[in-house]
Amino acid sequence: MRNEMSFSFSSVSENEAFARVAVASFVTQLDPTMEELTEIKTVVSEAVTNAIIHGYHSEPHHKVYIDCVLYDGEVELTIRDEGQGILNVDEAREPLFTSKPEMERSGMGFTIIENFMDTVEVISAPENGTSVYMKKQLSKSKTVFN
Amino acid sequence: MGLQTKFEVRGDVLIVRMQGELDHHEAEGLRDTWKDWIYLHSIKHIILNLKGVSFMDSSGLGVVLGRYKEIVQLGGEMVLCSVAPSLHRLFDMSGFFKIIRLEENEERALQGLGVTS
Repeated sequence: MRNEMSFSFSSVSENEAFARVAVASFVTQLDPTMEELTEIKTVVSEAVTNAIIHGYHSEPHHKVYIDCVLYDGEVELTIRDEGQGILNVDEAREPLFTSKPEMERSGMGFTIIENFMDTVEVISAPENGTSVYMKKQLSKSKTVFN
Repeated sequence: MGLQTKFEVRGDVLIVRMQGELDHHEAEGLRDTWKDWIYLHSIKHIILNLKGVSFMDSSGLGVVLGRYKEIVQLGGEMVLCSVAPSLHRLFDMSGFFKIIRLEENEERALQGLGVTS
């Protein structure tokens, strides 16, 4: 069965917790392990934070968009903003790279996303926003379907 | 959910006890309060007790790393204790355990810093 949901919300940091809890609740129907649920919450938090801080420079009047598809025990997640975009995606994905060291950013966001998800694709262009497209196969479903 | 933080000073050690979720939203507010405690109380070492922290992301790592750098500059040490299993991978992946000592609980961390209770 294919099941999907989409939502969008204002680019304010208060919504980071809301976004990760909303996605986690939706994913729960695939019966993920606690570890998998933590990983999914973490990647949502990372991508939404990036959208707010880097995409929109912490301006509150923009929107962040999340699409989530559950299919065959796999979670597909797209987190998108219409903000500034990333000039050099490869550089942004390097561990410890940050464009905002003065904000005490650890530069670990994309590294964490890559570690917690199976595939990660970042589509971005200056002034055209950023989409982070991620997939993760859940372990229990893997056993069932293989 | 949010984050609650309690600070306690024992000699030159600042004990920071957190409860809840440490993300970008919470990290922003926490940073200034935490800095004030370090500089207003002549602190040398920090014990970070994460017993009640159920969620943390790279923004949380950023604020911890920021205080780690400050305390090292002051000639001190940061000790982490009571880290929930769900946070282990995050710290491990970021190489935190290579630079910050991890203790099982607060008493051990205090003993390690030479503070007797």
